[in-house]
Amino acid sequence: MTAVPSIKDLQLEPASRLKTRTPLQDVLRRLRRHRSAQVGFIVLALLVLVAVFAPVLAPYDPTLPLRDVKRRSPPCIHLLGCPAAQPQHIFGVDGNSRDLLSRIIFGSRLSLSIGFATVTFAILIGTALGAVAGFVGGWTDNIIMRLMDVLLAFPSLLLSIAVVSVLGPGLINALLAISFVSIPVYARIVRASVLQVKEQDYVSASRALGASPLATLLNHVLPNAMTPLIVQGTLGIAGAILDAAALSFLGLGAQPPTPEWGLMLGDERNSIFNAPYLVLFPGIAIMITVLAFNLLGDGMRDALDPRLSQMGIKIK
Amino acid sequence: MTQFLLRRLVLVLPVLVGILFVSFALARLIPGDPCYVALGEHATKEVCDAFRLRFGLNDPILVQFVRYATQVLQGNFGASIRSQRPVLDIVLERLPMTIEVTIGAMLFSTIVGITLGIVSAVRQNSAIDVVTMIGANIGVSMPVFWLGLLLAYVFALTFKGTPLWIPPSGRLTSGLILPPLTDTFHLTNLSGPAYALVTLASNTVTFNALITGHFEIFRDAIWHLILPCAAVGTIPLSITARMTRSSMLEVLGQDYVRTARAKGLRERVVVLKHALQNALLPIVTIVGLSFGGLLSGAVLTETVFALPGVGTQLVTAILAYDYPVVQAFTVIIALIYVAVNLIVDISYAYLDPRIRLQ
Repeated sequence: MTAVPSIKDLQLEPASRLKTRTPLQDVLRRLRRHRSAQVGFIVLALLVLVAVFAPVLAPYDPTLPLRDVKRRSPPCIHLLGCPAAQPQHIFGVDGNSRDLLSRIIFGSRLSLSIGFATVTFAILIGTALGAVAGFVGGWTDNIIMRLMDVLLAFPSLLLSIAVVSVLGPGLINALLAISFVSIPVYARIVRASVLQVKEQDYVSASRALGASPLATLLNHVLPNAMTPLIVQGTLGIAGAILDAAALSFLGLGAQPPTPEWGLMLGDERNSIFNAPYLVLFPGIAIMITVLAFNLLGDGMRDALDPRLSQMGIKIK
Repeated sequence: MTQFLLRRLVLVLPVLVGILFVSFALARLIPGDPCYVALGEHATKEVCDAFRLRFGLNDPILVQFVRYATQVLQGNFGASIRSQRPVLDIVLERLPMTIEVTIGAMLFSTIVGITLGIVSAVRQNSAIDVVTMIGANIGVSMPVFWLGLLLAYVFALTFKGTPLWIPPSGRLTSGLILPPLTDTFHLTNLSGPAYALVTLASNTVTFNALITGHFEIFRDAIWHLILPCAAVGTIPLSITARMTRSSMLEVLGQDYVRTARAKGLRERVVVLKHALQNALLPIVTIVGLSFGGLLSGAVLTETVFALPGVGTQLVTAILAYDYPVVQAFTVIIALIYVAVNLIVDISYAYLDPRIRLQ
């Protein structure tokens, strides 16, 4: 009689040794290996650190004019031979005798929050509208999506300018305007995903088990529509930062003395010939931030949805 | 094809009504009483009652909307609150500048973008490919007004005194005057659409100079357009280059390209005829889509180059609460945008006959 092997004796391959990864691990792996995602992520991490530690890093107050400093004086860097007797201003001094470096450091707080706030707001409203349209269908779908079509019939920046003209110039109003005009993009994405997902068996199963439509939507449909939303959201942050800078540049967004990069460019645009550094540095700050989000967004698109990147589609 | 065109045109109608509705709603959403907004805080109740009666503000909202839509379709945008001039005149004066910058930037971005994209695809992973793609990534991340300022610095200051100097501001060198078309062709008593069209053409300096034979002025206008167009065109150029590259790479791997090569066709013919024609559809899409960005870019960049276009006027109007002007520009730009998208859609059908049948 042979002894029945107990379960303990069985040489089972531990699950971890099998080469199976959860979808999330798979995505993270692809993201880690993606060159542009790496660069984007590192730059963004640095920017977040700069924003968080702005009060520590900035040598001067970003809004208070300095005394005994000539307006628009050029950069003075001790390491590069600027006399030690002179106060150090790495990026120079702006037209109101404020240290430009400090303003740019504090500006990172604004730009990052602007990007996240506008996109979060737009995603929340857009998701709600798109989900309702896709899930309910019929007339509701028709009305919501035709409204979205109309909003998409305007060039987005010009529509936000028009919305600011109603709300009045100011940073918050500019943010609301930019959020408002980007709602249709998210609504369309979510609707398309919902339409695709709602025919799946697991959704029918959830309905059959007695889940309410809202619970089905939140637990089963929306999580499966997240992928394109995350990708578009990341790229959307880049767009929102550029649009907010543009509105501030025109004098319709942030108001002085806020250290907003676009406003800094707008304030000093006439100094381009005699103090170009005042224009150069805020622009570079905007460019690096936007570039980082674009690189990360591209990487996420490749990692989360290989099909999209194969098709070479760039959604803007 | 006719059926396709008709169907496409019918689909535009609800969007047009929507655009009119949005611009109508924008003016309605302005906080405060329209009477006090238009006449100032000190308007008396009697004056305001008369004002409301005159502009029909007591009518049901639907009646007001229909009246507004009818007026707009007749080209009547009311008068500017600030200058009392008819808004249509302001539009006809300002729009040509913006259109010139937009079209110039579009030509620049399309020609250079497609060329760079083809070269990058044909020489994949070469130095020129890598540089173009890095440049394209940086290009889409730059604020257009900042690039404009930098270009002005480089070409107007650094190259001062050299043949590469390009003027950083204005539309024409001061002293050059271009007579309006109405004077050149002795057109008097024009009205309605004819008046609008002639004024529009007349204010389009490059067009006016070209057809009236003022080649000196034409050259000067183009010279002044170089920097704004380069600044506005850079972002779409980057997008077009990336799109052309990926679309071409896909097509270059197809069997029919191999067949063409196997037949012994010259590489130029293979790339430009067999590959490019089939890669064109997504490129046309992206060029069409970038039009909105170009218009916005033109509006933004005008302030940098001191150009008398829509942008400078729009900002002044917003800061002065001159709503009729803002409203008119919003409607007109949206209409142009819709028209361009329509043209793009029609060109698909031309490029890919399968689309006509769908």
